[in-house]
Amino acid sequence: MPGLSGRMSTVIKAKISKLLDRAEDPGETLEYSYQKQIELLQNVKKGIADVVTSKKRLQLQEEKLQQQVVKLDTQARQALSAGNEELARTALERKNVAQTELQSLDTQVAQLEQQQEQMTASEQKLRAKIEQFRSKKEVIKAQYSAAEAQVRISEAATGVGEEMADVGLAMQRALDKTEDMKARADAVQELESAGTFEDLTALGSGDDDIDRQLKQLSSSTEVDAELDKMKAELGAGTPAGQLGSGGQAQGTGGTKGEQAPAEGQAS
Amino acid sequence: MIVRISTEAQYEIDEADIAGLTELDNEAVAACGGDDEARFGETFGRLLEFVRSKGRRISDDELLASDVILPPPDVSMDEARADFSGDGLIPG
Repeated sequence: MPGLSGRMSTVIKAKISKLLDRAEDPGETLEYSYQKQIELLQNVKKGIADVVTSKKRLQLQEEKLQQQVVKLDTQARQALSAGNEELARTALERKNVAQTELQSLDTQVAQLEQQQEQMTASEQKLRAKIEQFRSKKEVIKAQYSAAEAQVRISEAATGVGEEMADVGLAMQRALDKTEDMKARADAVQELESAGTFEDLTALGSGDDDIDRQLKQLSSSTEVDAELDKMKAELGAGTPAGQLGSGGQAQGTGGTKGEQAPAEGQAS
Repeated sequence: MIVRISTEAQYEIDEADIAGLTELDNEAVAACGGDDEARFGETFGRLLEFVRSKGRRISDDELLASDVILPPPDVSMDEARADFSGDGLIPG
């Protein structure tokens, strides 16, 4: 059959014969092939563990980002009620960046989940095939003459070899995708350690680099809209009171009134 | 005829359905030659669906070699072109 399937078949068959070429006598083919199968099974397990690790790492990042979003929102409100609109805007810009990252992390975690399920299914299938091969192998060794054994061995070995090539392909694809996501996670990590999502109370004077990144990353219209909304909420709800002097509201903790509900800002 | 969908499963297809399968396969190849990813996805999807719906799924404890092997369901057109076309795998 020509076409896609024909070409693919040729590719896979070449792989299988390479896989089986190594051994010379039938008994050796059996053992060699079996040994390769067990190796592959181990590799699949390792691959699954790899995917799980990446997933956990992303989930951890998600949690951290979620905390940052809450914190930055609180800080924006505090800054705004203290009359420091500039600081509120910066907080919202960072919140915006963090939220965008969160969304893409969500998608990636879901994809990894899918990879994991797929690989687990592959592992089970391969395990069943190997078990089948193992029992055939014993039967062949015990019952058949050399010539007949040869035929049966090559049948069984081709069948299982194809499965192995296929599981290998599935795993390769899953791991490639995982690699892409790892690179992405590393990028987020870098933003994090550059302080992009950091607590604003730790904000120094000249974070030019971060500011520039923020301007690129966050859509200013979104931030404006959120800022306006926040202003309206604050205006409608609480009277802004005496906080007007604003200047050091975010700074050295000391003069915060009793009203501040935010928890982790003590030191 | 035994047909494998890579990374998915093997199916047994009746002789009577082979002509239909070949036709869909050729359509997928034709789509692969253009640069319309959506069209490729659509034709390749139909090919897979044909195998899944007409074929009998081979159980996990059967050891059979396939007569033809299809690319994995998530194959992109570029991959299909590069990996599965005549000169893709053989360099030079």
